[in-house]
Amino acid sequence: MTQTSHEEVRIGVYICHCGSNIAGTVDVAEVSRWAGLLPNVVASHDYKFMCSSLGQELIEKDIQENGVNRVVVASCSPHLHEPTFRNACARAGLNPYLFEMANIREQDSWVTVDKGEATKKAQALVAAAVGRVAHQQPLNSLFVPINPDVLVVGGGITGIQATLEIANSGRHVYLIEREPSIGGHMAQFDKTFPTLDCSACILTPKMFDAGNHKNVTMLTWSEVEKVEGYIGNFTVTIRKKARYIDVDLCTGCGVCQEKCPKKVIDDVFEAGLGYRKAVYTPFPQAVPKYPVIDRVNCTFFQKGTCKACEKFCPTGAIKFDQADEVITVTVGNIILATGFDLFDARKIPQYGYGRLANVFTSLEFERLTNAAGPTGGKVVMRDGVTVPKTVGIIHCVGSRDKNYNNYCSAICCMQSLKFAHLVKEKTGAEVYQFYIDMRTPAKAYDEFYQRIIHEDVHFVRGKVAEVTDAARNPGEEGKLIIQVEDTLVGKQRRIPVDMVVLSAGLEARADAKEVALKFGISCSADKWFIEKHPKLDPVATMTDGVFVAGACQGPKDIPASVAQGAAAAARVLSIIGQGEIEIEASTAIVDELACVGCKECITTCPYQAIEFLEDKQKAHVIEALCKGCGTCVGACLSKSISLRHFTDDQLVAEMIGAMWTMKQFERAELEAQNA
Amino acid sequence: MPEPKIIGFLCNWCSYRGADTAGMARLKYPPNVKIVRVPCSGRVSPELVLRTFREGADGVMVLGCHIGDCHYSTGNHRAAKRMPVLKKVLEYSGIDPERLCVNWVSAAEGERFAKIITDFTETIRALPPLTEEMTWTKG
Ligand code: FES
Repeated sequence: MTQTSHEEVRIGVYICHCGSNIAGTVDVAEVSRWAGLLPNVVASHDYKFMCSSLGQELIEKDIQENGVNRVVVASCSPHLHEPTFRNACARAGLNPYLFEMANIREQDSWVTVDKGEATKKAQALVAAAVGRVAHQQPLNSLFVPINPDVLVVGGGITGIQATLEIANSGRHVYLIEREPSIGGHMAQFDKTFPTLDCSACILTPKMFDAGNHKNVTMLTWSEVEKVEGYIGNFTVTIRKKARYIDVDLCTGCGVCQEKCPKKVIDDVFEAGLGYRKAVYTPFPQAVPKYPVIDRVNCTFFQKGTCKACEKFCPTGAIKFDQADEVITVTVGNIILATGFDLFDARKIPQYGYGRLANVFTSLEFERLTNAAGPTGGKVVMRDGVTVPKTVGIIHCVGSRDKNYNNYCSAICCMQSLKFAHLVKEKTGAEVYQFYIDMRTPAKAYDEFYQRIIHEDVHFVRGKVAEVTDAARNPGEEGKLIIQVEDTLVGKQRRIPVDMVVLSAGLEARADAKEVALKFGISCSADKWFIEKHPKLDPVATMTDGVFVAGACQGPKDIPASVAQGAAAAARVLSIIGQGEIEIEASTAIVDELACVGCKECITTCPYQAIEFLEDKQKAHVIEALCKGCGTCVGACLSKSISLRHFTDDQLVAEMIGAMWTMKQFERAELEAQNA
Repeated sequence: MPEPKIIGFLCNWCSYRGADTAGMARLKYPPNVKIVRVPCSGRVSPELVLRTFREGADGVMVLGCHIGDCHYSTGNHRAAKRMPVLKKVLEYSGIDPERLCVNWVSAAEGERFAKIITDFTETIRALPPLTEEMTWTKG
C-alpha cells in the first residue's frame, strides 16, 4: 500500500521517562538523540511523563506548529496509554491511526537487567515503530451500540453494592452467585469493625433489595461457563445448577429442611462448626429463600429411598428429576466480585489447627460469637460448654511470611482487635494478642485499637513459634502453650491459654486463574486479579468491559470492598451512558484486481464476514462483521486481502526497523572486537 | 559469538498481554526478542516469517492465545495448522525448524512467557549462526 497523500512523512518521536520506571534502566536521552537521526524523524524529545497533560501538549504542539504528521511514543504498554495518545493526536487534528507506540516499559525496562542492553532494546523498538508509522494510513473508527445490561459475578457485599448501584440507575443486572444464597463472607460475620455494627443487620436489607429489585435477575447456585464477545457485546453462558426445587412453587416455608432426616456438617457457612440438612438454605435470611438439595448427601439420591421432603412439602415444589439448565445472556459490561478464600491454617502445622482441639480459625470464631451461629453466640471451647479463661489471638497467620504469602492481608489486625473485644465482653477472659506489627490505618481504626488497649488486653509483639499442649510445668498442664519471642522485652515466653484463635489471612480464590482465563483478564503471582492501573484505574482491567471489585483484586475490608463495588458500577454506567463505543477500525479489505476468487479466505474467516461476489467472482469483506483478526490475510495465496492498520508493509517495516537496529549494534560490536 | 537476533510476533489479546504481565511482575528475561504486535496469531502469514528470516533473524517466534481462547475464536487454529507446514518449508530451505517457535501464552501467564523467551533464546544461542546454515544464501 502506498501513502494516501503525497505529503512528506514527518515523524515526531517522544521517549517517556515514566519517572524512573523507564529512565532508571534505559538511557532515554541517548534513545531520543539516536531516534532523531532515523529517516523521516523531524522531532525527537524525551520527557518525564508523556501521559501527563504537558507531555501530551508536547505532541500536540509539534503536530500543529512543526508539521509533524506521524507520532511515535515510546513508553508503557499500548494497552495502557494508546487511547491517551491517539486522543492527543486527534485533538491536534491528526488522524489517530497515524500514531504508534513502542512498549519500552513492560517489555523492556522492567524485564531487562543490564542497562546497556535495555537501552539497545529500546532503540530497536523505537526504530521498529518509526519504520511502521511511516506506512500507517488514516482510518475512521467504527461505532457499535453498547448493550446496557450488566453481569455481576459474585453476590458478596461487593457484588451486591455494584448490583444495587446499577439497578437503581434503571439498568438491568444479572447477578450470579455460585452458592445457594447471596451474602458472601459478610453474612457469616458477627460484628464489623471498628463500629461493631451487627453484620447481618446492615447486610440483610441490601441482600433483600438486590434479590427483589425489579431490574435484577438473580441467578444463585449458578456459574459462568463461557464468555464470548467484547465490550458492549458479551455473550455469557451460565450453568444454573439443579436445585431440585421448583422455585415457582416453593414458598420458602422451611418444612423440607425441618423434615429432612439427613444432617450434614456445614463446611461452608458454619465453617465446619455446625450442621445443616441435605436440603438447605445456608442461613435463615438467605436470599433467595429457596433451598437446594445437596445431591451428594441426600439419602434419596444416594440410596434411592427417603423423599421425606417431597412428602411434607405443602406445595409440591420438590423436583428430584430437575436437571442443570444452561442459559445464555447478553450484556455489555461485566463486573467480577468473586471475593477471597481464607488461608488454610492447616498449612502451618506448628500452630496445631486441626490437631489441637481448641485452636480455632478466625472464621470459626466469627461463627462462635454470632448469635445466629451454632452456639447461639456463646464463646465456648470445642466441647461446646466450657468457657475459656484465657484466649490467645495470633495475627498474620499465613500472611507476611515468605513460606506462605508475602503480602499483608489488611484485615487481620482489626479483626483480631474486634475478637479481643468480643471475648472480653462475652467471657471476661484474659486476652493476649500476638502481633508482628499493629496496622490500623483507616478511618477510626487506630481509635479502636486505643480503645481495646484500655480494655486490658495484653499485647505481645512477636511472631508465634509454636502452639503446643506439651506442658513443662504444672501451671501449663491441660493448657495450650503459646511459645513466642517477645521482641519488646527481648525474651522467649511461654504463655498458657485455653483457646487460640488464628487470624488467618486472605487468599485469592482457589480457582482464580481459571476464572481469569474465562473472562480474559490477568492474575498476579498471588492470583489476585490485576487492575488496569494500581492507582489511577483500580477497578478496570486490561480487557475493556470487564471490571474487578472487592477482595478478588487483593485483600480488603468491607468499606473498601463496598467502595470498589460502587466504583465499578460507576465505571460501567459511564460506559453505558456513552451509548455506543468506538471499535478498532482495523478491518480487512480485498484488492479486487488481485483476487483470484479461490475462496480460501471465506473458509478461514471465523465470523463469516467475507462473502463471494458471484458476478465478479471476487471475495468481498462485510465490514460490520469483520473483527480484524487478519486470519484471512495469513491464508490468502494471491496476497490480495489485507488488514487495515496491520498491513504487510506496516508489519515488515516494523520488523525491519528492529532487525536493522540489532544488526547495527552487532556490526559495531564486531568492529570493536576486531579493532 | 554474536547475540541471537529474534523477532516475536505476538497476538494482541493474550501473548502480548502475557508479556505485559511479565513486565508488571518485573520478571527478568534476555533482551534478544523484539516484539511485533499482531491482532491474532492467525494474521501471521508464512511469508512474514520467511521475510523475517531473510532480513537476518536467527529465530522467529509466533505466540498466540491458548487453543480455545483465541479472541477471534479460531484464529489460532489456523496458526497451529500453518506453522508446522512452514517448519517443513524451513527445513527444506536449509533452516533448522527449531528456529521457529510456535507457542501459546495467556494474558495471565507472565512467568510462562518469560520462560518461553528465555528457553528459546538459549535454543537459538546453541545453534550455529544462521548464515552458515543457510546454504542458499551463499550460492
Ligand atoms: S487473538 Fe490470540 S491467537 Fe488469536
